[in-house]
Amino acid sequence: MSRLLEVNQLQVHIKTQHGIVQAVRGISFYLDEQETLAIVGESGSGKSISVKSIMGLLPKNGKIVGGSILLEGKDLSKYSERQMQTIRGSDISMIFQDPMTSLNPTMTIGKQIVEVLKEHRKDMTKTQMKDRALELISLVGISNPETRFDQYPHQLSGGMRQRVVIAVALACDPKILIADEPTTALDVTIQAQILDLMKDLQKKIKTSIIIITHNLGVVANIADRVAVMYGGQLVESADVRELFYQTEHPYTKGLLASIPKASHKGGELTAIHGTPPDLMDPPKGCPFAARCTKTMEVCRQYPPEDMLCGESHHARCWLLDERAKAFRE
Amino acid sequence: MKSAENKPLLEVKNLKKYFQVGKNQILKAVDDVSLDIYKGETLGLVGESGCGKSTFGRTVIQLYEPTDGRIVYDGREINGSLPSAERHGFTRKMQMIFQDPYACLNPRMKVIDIVAEGIDAHGILSGEERTKKVLELLETVGLSEEHANRFPHEFSGGQRQRVGIARALAVNPEFVICDEPISALDVSIQAQVINLLKELQEKRGLTYLFIAHDLSMVKHISDRIGVMYLGAMVELADSESLFEAPLHPYTQALLSAIPIPDPDVEKSRSRIMLEGSLPNPVNLKEGCRFASRCPYAEQLCKEKTPEMKEVRPGHFAACHKAM
Repeated sequence: MSRLLEVNQLQVHIKTQHGIVQAVRGISFYLDEQETLAIVGESGSGKSISVKSIMGLLPKNGKIVGGSILLEGKDLSKYSERQMQTIRGSDISMIFQDPMTSLNPTMTIGKQIVEVLKEHRKDMTKTQMKDRALELISLVGISNPETRFDQYPHQLSGGMRQRVVIAVALACDPKILIADEPTTALDVTIQAQILDLMKDLQKKIKTSIIIITHNLGVVANIADRVAVMYGGQLVESADVRELFYQTEHPYTKGLLASIPKASHKGGELTAIHGTPPDLMDPPKGCPFAARCTKTMEVCRQYPPEDMLCGESHHARCWLLDERAKAFRE
Repeated sequence: MKSAENKPLLEVKNLKKYFQVGKNQILKAVDDVSLDIYKGETLGLVGESGCGKSTFGRTVIQLYEPTDGRIVYDGREINGSLPSAERHGFTRKMQMIFQDPYACLNPRMKVIDIVAEGIDAHGILSGEERTKKVLELLETVGLSEEHANRFPHEFSGGQRQRVGIARALAVNPEFVICDEPISALDVSIQAQVINLLKELQEKRGLTYLFIAHDLSMVKHISDRIGVMYLGAMVELADSESLFEAPLHPYTQALLSAIPIPDPDVEKSRSRIMLEGSLPNPVNLKEGCRFASRCPYAEQLCKEKTPEMKEVRPGHFAACHKAM
C-alpha cells in the first residue's frame, strides 16, 4: 500500500470576537491507499477543522498557521483557492453530516450529479454525463435510477438523500472520500445500510476513506485505523484492534469505559469528569491533565511527546515515559 | 424495583394522538398505545425518528391534547377538563427534561430564574428562600453557587442539561419524562448525565419515562423497555428479555443494527438488514405497519393489525408470528 495523504504538524487558528482559538495544535497523520481512517473526538476537539483544512474549506476566519498537507507529494496547504477547486470534488470529496442541507433543494438529483461532472470532466459529452449519473445512482443502491434522476431531494427519505450525497461525492472517482459524521443524522437501521454501502463502494472503486465520528460502534464497524483527537491534538492513533484492545491513552480508555456494558447493567457508568479545555487559552501541559485520573506533576507542566508503543501505535501521554513506570503500575 | 402488586403510578390506556396534516390526511402519530409505569421504575421508550415516542411523552404530560384514550395518574384521570386547581397540582408532580439543552433554556434569563420558573409559577417560595432552594438544586445537579447569575450561553452542553434537570426538580416532581436527554451531548458527558439521573432517582424515588434512540444507554438505565414503530407499540418487556430474546422482527432488526464498539465482534456478526425505509405515515391502511419491510410478512399481516399480546410472562409483542 502506498501513502496517499500525509498531514504533518498541522496547526490551524480561528479568529473570533473574543480571541484566537487554537483549534488544531500540531497534528500529524497519514492515509494509505484503500484504507479507512476514523478520526474520533468530542465536539470542539478539532476533528472537523482538520479535515476542512485538507479540503481547503476552512471558514473565512480560519487559517492554517503551520505544517503541511501532502497529497501524493503536493502540499495542499500552499494551494490557492483556484488550485483547490481542481482538487475538491475530483481528487478529494467530502460528505457531510446532514444530507438535507448538503443537497440543493431546487435542483433535481440528476442535475446535481451532472453539475460535478461539468466542473471536472470537461471531456465528457452531455449524454455521457447523464449515463454516468444514472450509473452512480444505481451504484449507491437507489432503485429506478431513471425516475430518481428527475426527482427533487424533498421526494426522498433521509437515508436515500445520504446515498445521493455519496453519489455526488463519487462522481469523479476521488482518491479520498472524507465523510464528516455521515450517519449521525440517520436512524440506526439506516445507519447500518449506509455503513454497508460505504464499505461495499470502497471495495468496488478502491477509494480511501477518512471518516469522522464520535460513535465508537461505527469506528469498530468500518475503520482500519483510528486517530483519537482531544483538545486540538492527536492523543492516540493505532490499528483499530490495537486501539480497542491495547488502549494506551487515558482519554481513549475513558471513552471506551463510558459506554454502558452488558455486564454491569444499572451500575454507575465510568464517566470522564469535568469538561474539555478552552482552546482560546490551551493548557501548557497535556490537554487532558485536568480530567485525567492519573495526572502527575509533569502532565500539567510539559506537553507529552508523541510516543511509539507498538508497530504503528502512537500515544501522547507521560505515563508511557520510562521514568513514569513506577507510577503507571 | 417494580412489583406486580404495586398499583401503577401512571396508566395510559389506548392513547391516540392524530394530527391533521392536510385535507383528508391524518397522521396517526400515536395510535392506540397502552402502558403502565410503576412507582420508582424507569421505562425506556425507543424507536426511530417519526415513530411517535416524543409525541407520546408530550401527550402524557398534556403538552398535546390527546385525540382519544385515557391517562390515569395515581388513580385519577388527568386528561380532559380538570378543574384548574387540580391541574395545577398535577403539573407539579410531572416534569419534563428536553432533548436540546441549547433550545430549551431561555437565553435572556439568568440561570437562577430559569431554575425557579416552576417555583414562581406555583408560587411555592419567594425571596431568600427561593434563592436558597435554587442554590441547593444547582448543587444537587453538580453546578455551583457562582453559576446562578450567569446566562445559558456561558455554559457547555452538559452543564445546560444539568440546568434543565435542576429546573425539572425545582417543584419536587414524582414523575419525570426525559425526552432524549443525552442525544445532544458528547460521549464523555453522556455518562455524567446518566449517572446524575440515576443518583437522583435513588435519592428522591423518582419515576422516569426515558425516551431515546440510543439503545445501549436505554438498556443501561431502564427496568422495562417499550419499542415503537410508526405510532404503535410493537414490543414491551423488561430490558434483559428484550435484549436477550426480542420477539418482534422490528426489534430484532433494530438491535442487530446497533454497531457494537468492539472490532472483533462487530466485524464477525451478521446483521438483519431492513430493506428500504419507513413508509409514509399519513393515511396508513389496516394491517401490520411493519409488514412492508418485514422478512416474515405473510398475507394475514397485510390484512389484520396485530394486537399486543403477552407472549411470555411480562413480555408483550404485537406480531402475528410471535410465539
